[in-house]
Amino acid sequence: MIPSDTAQGLAHRPWAVFFVCPDRRGSEGSIGRGRPALRIALVIDDADRDRPNGVKIMSALLRSLEPLVTTLRAEGCTVVGPRERDGAIVLDAIDSAAQLPSGWGVQTGPGVYRLRRRADRAVFGHSAGPQAWKRFLHPPRERLWSADRGVDGTLTITGPDEEPPRYAFLGVRACDLRAIAIQDRVLGASPSYAARRRAAFLVAVNCTEPSATCFCVSAGAGPDVEAVETRPDRAPADWALADLALTELAEPGDAEPLYVATALSPAGGRILARLPQTPAPPDVVAAARAAVGAATDHMGRSLPDVDLREMLAASLDSPHWADVAARCLTCANCTMVCPTCFCTSVTDTTDLSGDHAERWQTWASCFEVDFSYLHGGSVRTSARSRYRQWLTHKLGTWRDQFGESGCVGCGRCIAWCPAGIDITAEVRALTSQGAER
Amino acid sequence: MNVDRLPATRVRLLDPYGQAMIPVPYRVVHRHEETADTVTVRLEPVGDGLDAWAPGQFTMVYAFGVGEIPISISGGSGPVIQHTVRAVGAVSRAICDAPVGSILGLRGPFGRGWPDRPPEGDVIVLAGGIGLAPLRPVILAGLREPGRLSVLIGARTPADLIFTAEYDQWRAAGARVLVTVDRADATWTGHVGVVTTLLSQVPVAPSGTTRPAPTGYICGPEIMMRLGADALVAAGVPPHRIWVSLERTMHCGIALCGHCQLGPILVCRDGPVVDAGNAARLLQHREL
Repeated sequence: MIPSDTAQGLAHRPWAVFFVCPDRRGSEGSIGRGRPALRIALVIDDADRDRPNGVKIMSALLRSLEPLVTTLRAEGCTVVGPRERDGAIVLDAIDSAAQLPSGWGVQTGPGVYRLRRRADRAVFGHSAGPQAWKRFLHPPRERLWSADRGVDGTLTITGPDEEPPRYAFLGVRACDLRAIAIQDRVLGASPSYAARRRAAFLVAVNCTEPSATCFCVSAGAGPDVEAVETRPDRAPADWALADLALTELAEPGDAEPLYVATALSPAGGRILARLPQTPAPPDVVAAARAAVGAATDHMGRSLPDVDLREMLAASLDSPHWADVAARCLTCANCTMVCPTCFCTSVTDTTDLSGDHAERWQTWASCFEVDFSYLHGGSVRTSARSRYRQWLTHKLGTWRDQFGESGCVGCGRCIAWCPAGIDITAEVRALTSQGAER
Repeated sequence: MNVDRLPATRVRLLDPYGQAMIPVPYRVVHRHEETADTVTVRLEPVGDGLDAWAPGQFTMVYAFGVGEIPISISGGSGPVIQHTVRAVGAVSRAICDAPVGSILGLRGPFGRGWPDRPPEGDVIVLAGGIGLAPLRPVILAGLREPGRLSVLIGARTPADLIFTAEYDQWRAAGARVLVTVDRADATWTGHVGVVTTLLSQVPVAPSGTTRPAPTGYICGPEIMMRLGADALVAAGVPPHRIWVSLERTMHCGIALCGHCQLGPILVCRDGPVVDAGNAARLLQHREL
């Protein structure tokens, strides 16, 4: 049992290792993009939230993820993690850590995604798969309400009254953690989204193996969780997105990888304290830090280092859009796999009696012709205008609308484009054309 | 999982809308056929109604089992909300066909409406077709100060004019009301031409004079609003005092669904009323 005063509880345990992080806001610039992970603050209690200095952090060494899965399940959570299925790493419910994709890696490129065998037994040794966590927090199909018409014509409309599902996400990479933060800002006003999000327990993972389509560093945060947690555009009150952060250390020949675990939230601290663990020795912490640091230097792609919002606003009538449109199938794959794309449509239906109606919300895409349908026709009929809408929104006008970029650099849209269209290459082409003008 | 173990304090998510996704039942208490395809309905809440609305705002109107569309508020007082709807699709037709006594659902009011008219200066209202509907509350408010208000109304044909019974009341209250049609019929003795041609009959204080600057409010088809704004600027109305009401498809009304994007703005949240300078910048790009 965990004492209610977790700070005291942890401080008196011999295995707990505390570091002091002098100033989390980084007056000396100690925490920022490109720095290794693991200097992450643990919020011990609410009083610590107001304390600008001296926030404690703790790292523990876990030899198995099984106790974590068991503990989260015992807490009533549906644990969702990566699994190998149908030739891809998908996200699905798991009952045991044994179901994680041990020893699977991926090979990606424009229009390419292939599983490959790894030399080690890593379970997080793959980059972003075809699914994002939004399918759980912002489900593809959701009933918003149902309505019944009485004999006198009166209308009774009932919203959803089910308890939100309690998910524990196991293995949220930095890019996807940032995507969740972005969707929080966009969809936080939706009561159903907010309820699911509040109930979710997030185990983030520091990425040690980006793929050829990854560009999280130039997109603004990653591959370490800390870079996401400490982004300057995050309000102080938002400050722990995830509950736990893991770094996986896998060596060929090891039966199971090691995990350096850090608590990021009070709930994370309480769960971590219940897991069998040892103190993380300094050399292991250093190795974990080095692995994530190396990942920073192995991004397969990058966005050009220009003000993309300005560049795109000045490129709305560029001839390059027609060039992309000649390749784009407007299939909407990029929007479906994108972890931040949030657009939805609603459909109203009735049953055969005609007196029971329902409203269903489903994922939509700006690549659909009907997406911009106004009486008389659609606003965006050409492929050129629909690709332009997607790209300029993602990297440009998202900032106008929500104060930050909508791209996290996960690379999914590149890998899952059947035509192999590469967002980073298109942006580069637009940038150089703009420079010539 | 015990509640105290939940990471509830971790992320402060906004929940300002609460039940904003759920339509509130309203009863049709009055129905008036403005034209062959346009109907004005007055709606009274069955139980608790929506919050107070401002001129230029819209609601999402739900026809049972058919669907929901954004419709500007054309009037109403107290709990009563008035909508004027042109039947152009399945949902708008169902709303137009809703008989007195039937129930519709409303969500809202949503969006940024017309800015209040400044304390001084002429007020010029430029309306094209059904675009007169969201401007009607502006007109009614403007009548409280006789002599300042000019209302310029255009329609395709005389049969497409709406609120015709009120024009004389507005004139009697001190407004200059000018009407034009694109195509006259045998009964029409009035002006023929696009609505901007009426501007020559409206004295506008040129900028630089001591008279306070005028303000313009425009709603109509996109091309009419663009040309209307240009004409008002040419007549001496400062661009930052010209307001237009934009239209895009909407599924939620509260900046969640993404359908109403127009470049950097979400029309439901940042509009539908925007200033003419912004509108011109956005509408100059085809298919934005």
